[in-house]
Amino acid sequence: MLHSRLQPLHPVAWWCWAGALAVAAGRTTNLLVLCLILVVVSWVVTTRRSASPWARSFGALLRLGAFVIVIRLVVQVLFGDRVPGDTWFTLPSIPLPHWAAGVAIGGPVTAQAVLGAICQGLQIAVILACFGAANSLASSFRLLRCVPAGLYEVAVAVTVAISFTPQVVLSMSRVRDARRLRGRPTAGLKGWRGLAVPVLDGALERSVALAASMDARGFGRRAISRRRRRLTAAATLGGLVGLGVGIFQVLYSSSASGVGVAVLGFGGVLVIGGMVAASHGSRSRYRPDRWLAAEWLVMLSGLAALAGILAVGGGDPSSLTQPLYPLSLPAVPFLALAGILFAAAPSGIAPVPVRVRAKLQEAMA
Amino acid sequence: MISFDRVTVTYPGASSPALENVTLTIEEGHFALVVGPTGSGKSTLLRCVNGLVPYFSGGRLNGTVTVDGRSTENYRPRDLADAVGFVGQDADASFVADTVEDELAYAMENLGVDPASMRRRVEDVLDSLNLHALRQRAITTLSGGQRQRVAIGAAFTAAPRALVLDEPTSSLDPVSAEEVLASLARLVHDQGTTILVAEHRLERIAQFADVVVDLGAGPGQVRVGPPAQIFATAQLAPPVVRLARLAGWSPVPLSVRDARRQAGGLRRRLGQSRHPAAGTARGEKVARLKGLSANYGPIPALSDVSLDLYEGEVVALMGRNGAGKSTLLYHLVGLRRPQHGSVEVLGRAPWSLSAPEAIRLVGLVPQDPGALLCAETVKGECSDGDRDSGLAPGTTRAVLESLVGGIEDSSHPKDLSEGQRLALALALVLAPEPPLLLLDEPTRGLDYGAKERLAARLRDLAARGHCVVVATHDVELVAEVADRVVVLADGEVITDGPARSVVCHSAGLASQVSRILAPAEWLTVEEVAAALTAGAQSEPVL
Repeated sequence: MLHSRLQPLHPVAWWCWAGALAVAAGRTTNLLVLCLILVVVSWVVTTRRSASPWARSFGALLRLGAFVIVIRLVVQVLFGDRVPGDTWFTLPSIPLPHWAAGVAIGGPVTAQAVLGAICQGLQIAVILACFGAANSLASSFRLLRCVPAGLYEVAVAVTVAISFTPQVVLSMSRVRDARRLRGRPTAGLKGWRGLAVPVLDGALERSVALAASMDARGFGRRAISRRRRRLTAAATLGGLVGLGVGIFQVLYSSSASGVGVAVLGFGGVLVIGGMVAASHGSRSRYRPDRWLAAEWLVMLSGLAALAGILAVGGGDPSSLTQPLYPLSLPAVPFLALAGILFAAAPSGIAPVPVRVRAKLQEAMA
Repeated sequence: MISFDRVTVTYPGASSPALENVTLTIEEGHFALVVGPTGSGKSTLLRCVNGLVPYFSGGRLNGTVTVDGRSTENYRPRDLADAVGFVGQDADASFVADTVEDELAYAMENLGVDPASMRRRVEDVLDSLNLHALRQRAITTLSGGQRQRVAIGAAFTAAPRALVLDEPTSSLDPVSAEEVLASLARLVHDQGTTILVAEHRLERIAQFADVVVDLGAGPGQVRVGPPAQIFATAQLAPPVVRLARLAGWSPVPLSVRDARRQAGGLRRRLGQSRHPAAGTARGEKVARLKGLSANYGPIPALSDVSLDLYEGEVVALMGRNGAGKSTLLYHLVGLRRPQHGSVEVLGRAPWSLSAPEAIRLVGLVPQDPGALLCAETVKGECSDGDRDSGLAPGTTRAVLESLVGGIEDSSHPKDLSEGQRLALALALVLAPEPPLLLLDEPTRGLDYGAKERLAARLRDLAARGHCVVVATHDVELVAEVADRVVVLADGEVITDGPARSVVCHSAGLASQVSRILAPAEWLTVEEVAAALTAGAQSEPVL
């Protein structure tokens, strides 16, 4: 039975799923495909996130995504490259000296320019949404437990980094409350300005306090020999660099990305090897996260979406981009869409978080 | 077990050392209590024990701190984790995991305890701290006191040889505080654990201590000795000791039980005296709650609460941790909009007001006072406060000085001690003197002197027609200031009545003096002293 387990899904499974979808989104500007990814991610998040505070990260990152689209659009209209095409309206333009080539202020605004900007903005927004989904679905603490003890410094940096987003979200409501109590505006430009510094300050301070607390409770004790520590650290760091380069290749290379996939795979092997080698330390696990059928299925469903996109990209790359000349509806790459729909499967496969289940039972009774 | 050899700590940028020339030794299996006024370096002393000072604080440490034979010079906090369990003042900042169980297991995971004993120890701690009902809950959904218990439990589980706790009971209700202290005492007796605790609420803890470390004698002077000896002359002493000094009991009792044995004579002397009349008369209605209900997700926080608050009264809001006290205050100040029922402050719905309007009607000092502070210096914070509420420059600063003196203008609010930070937040909220004042746990980290000055100010505000609501677990403060006590349990109002009768007739909420002198209804040492002088004047024979 997939549903009878009490434990939440392995965080690495969620991050793989969300990561695969983010990479898929990075390979396409097809509006239809991007929207479908967004719908699937939102659906899974709403059905499977827990009632914990970090689950709110998704909403925050969706808003950030919307902001990115707006900014991208404004920048395109005001300063962007003058894209030729069907002119909608013309802004008064300011001539710039020749050394400022590539930058223009004002000028004709074409439908192509606007649509292109929206597609690019949406692409970033969807990648952000995938990141938010991973943050909401998997607790950063459980993810951190998978980082080997040998990588102490890296692990602390990673914890501080991944707990930063949820910390900011939490700190935001705290600071808003405090500003209200001090009788200061909480809305509008003034409100935002007063919010930013204390929010970042507070989140940073809490992250550092967290590091101190982890240390006081024995995190990163020298469990394994120094030489082995260095070895595993080197392997894992090398692997992480490989992963980074690989992801970059797969995301942004326009040619067939065989090299990228190879680097990605090599990096993955190094990272896993490093983790396995380092896990022979003297740490133990209370209720370890288990990797069961559900984890495999969630991970594979995400990879299926990526595979669909890569397959379509290999055969008919043009169907993954928004056609601008002439302006027309996006193509319907069936294979890619099917893969993405498959990525909605976790909303049925993943275990229901404990508290949501309690609420459901209450509603049924 | 723990020894300090000529330790001096100076934080970066500080003009004087936070701790000066401290030499002391705490034997294995002792329960040691650190006392001293607000800002006297108690937290610094505790944080030195496992090396958090200076590794995480910066600054200079001269001298040597040794724990279990290991010097903090050579061992970092993580290498001392098996020897020292540390519970900091701010429990929230210490949580690593998301759920209660994971948090309890965290230190053991790092120490490599095998899974079977890990399960057993987590179970033990869940029982001994009464946390079993919360085991799967996300920590952020717990109340302040519940979080405190989780933080203490997380340090317990790894069974360290020494436990260091910074104000472990200050946000606990009296009954949970007793439970926590009893389990600490059990650790000392059964397992020989060494315990070092800093605490302001001496009335709760003095009777458990084997050794008292007094930092109150001035910079560079530390007195260490058995509790009866230190408290006989210490500047800060729990009510039982002050009553003993008043009545001339010797040896000085530290527990209610010891005091009652000697109290017969005093009870007889007080037999004929009258209590002072109840406080000021109440005036117009300031606020009203009608049928208020609120939930946190699926968990009910308040159900059908109706309450009227009047001018000129000090209302104490009491009740177990998680009973809904803070939620009620949040509704009164307008940070939460009522889901069911209504809230009115001077005829207006507080949630609908803009921030500048709202602070003219109602002020709140939240449980985490640090959240209110956002300026770079104490001076800046005070002048911002004056500007926000349209006060004459210097008003806030003067209020702060009257609560806790000696805070430097140029200090950063984040570098202040817990009690000093609270005093600053109190000053910011008290200075504008709105008609309705709400204080959530306003005594955390405050020494007895500061608490008395706060109580006097609150009484003065009430006498001038303000309404003050204090949500607190501090029964001594309630005994001193409250006219009326409202007790909440699981979001419902259980009791609403005059302070004297509620405090004297409830087992959990009684003040020390009322326990010692029961069945007579005396609340505080000051009352007894006043009655004795009055009695001496009218009946010179006694």
